[in-house]
Amino acid sequence: MISIFPNLLSGAVITLQLLVSSMFFGLIIGLIFAILRINKNPIINKFAYGYSYFFRGTPLLVQLYLIYYGLANIELLRNSFFWAIIKEPYWCAIIAFSLNTGAYTSEILRSAFQTIKKGYIEAAQSLGVTKKITFYRIQLPIAIKQSLPAYGNEIILMLKGTSLASVITIMDLMGEARKVNVLTFKPFEAFITAGIIYLFITFIIHNIIKYLEKKYGFQT
Amino acid sequence: MELLSFGDNGWGDELFLATLMTIAVSIAAMAIGFLFALIFTPLKLSKKKSLNIIGNCYTTIIRGVPELLVIYLLFFGGTGAAMYVASIFGYDGYIEINAFITGALAIGIISGAYSTEVFRGAILSIDKGQFEASKVLGIKKNIQFYKIILPQMLRLSIPNLSNVWQITLKDTSLISVTGLVEIMRQSYIAAGSTRDPLFFYSVAAVLYLMLTFLSMKLINKLEIKYSKGY
Repeated sequence: MISIFPNLLSGAVITLQLLVSSMFFGLIIGLIFAILRINKNPIINKFAYGYSYFFRGTPLLVQLYLIYYGLANIELLRNSFFWAIIKEPYWCAIIAFSLNTGAYTSEILRSAFQTIKKGYIEAAQSLGVTKKITFYRIQLPIAIKQSLPAYGNEIILMLKGTSLASVITIMDLMGEARKVNVLTFKPFEAFITAGIIYLFITFIIHNIIKYLEKKYGFQT
Repeated sequence: MELLSFGDNGWGDELFLATLMTIAVSIAAMAIGFLFALIFTPLKLSKKKSLNIIGNCYTTIIRGVPELLVIYLLFFGGTGAAMYVASIFGYDGYIEINAFITGALAIGIISGAYSTEVFRGAILSIDKGQFEASKVLGIKKNIQFYKIILPQMLRLSIPNLSNVWQITLKDTSLISVTGLVEIMRQSYIAAGSTRDPLFFYSVAAVLYLMLTFLSMKLINKLEIKYSKGY
């Protein structure tokens, strides 16, 4: 069990890399689409809704396969500069995970935006604060604080989601565990050790979010 | 479009059967999850420390570990375990456990953890007066559970169970890695033999969207039906 530990740890580093980069891009995507969702224009609104409906209604595996196997089918993309990105499974995984978590994040942020009390915005308006500053200084910080618990869950769901990267040949924690299983025929050791590492990461994320909630939590 | 025609030339009938398989696995997994939830919810709510720990361990571990890991563990480990048990009874042949059973069991264990949390929340939100009133009336503990708590718990948990159903439905796509021919596996095969992954994975996405959409409609109806009285 100890001999397989270094292998699994090197996989865990890749898992964390995938998690951090897809959470980063996903947050940006989620923020953009959350703003589009609360837009009053019905076309923009419907577009953002369609995006989040598609990515929340289909399994992550389908999205991953669509991007990894599907996009390579498009002649136009293959001849363009994007091919350098799309041909790498690592970047395909990051694109798929970011789009997926972006959809969930946009829903979390949207509901946070919509539960902000009208009084705050009205107060800002009557004080003569411009719309832009109201958004950046009042609505956005409150929305982020309010959505912390739900966002913590999303990070943990995404951590579990990154294990799918092993299906498209990336040697993340799951991929390393599969390799150990194939090489040694000891499924229990390989997968249970990997499971313990996953649980450990979940535990750390959970506690960080708990700490942040305590420090920045917002009571209405 | 001819790729989707029914019969020997198209993949329509195969994909249709695969969709049925996905539905079957999801329902089986959901039912197994229900059983697990009915066992572990009382443990989680129990006042005894040891029982409590067992219940908490189940939900924490399953919800903290990737779904794929549970599937692999059952798929690769299950065969070994079954053969070990069989060897005790003197059977030394190779045993292969059915992919459907392993898949449904694996997804069932996962969905059970989520259902447990849902049931726990529902029971906790039942008014305390109900427990006290039935106690005062001298109703026995198990009759109290079956006749008073359980019906209310089920009704209260319908909205959250619909989320669990959606998660379960999407998780079944992961069983494809073990070779069970459901939507995902069938599109993988079709994409491989026609060299048109973009088309077939899009079809798979549409099929999943349809399933989630239709089941949402159905559950909404149930929710309206059973929320009468509130």
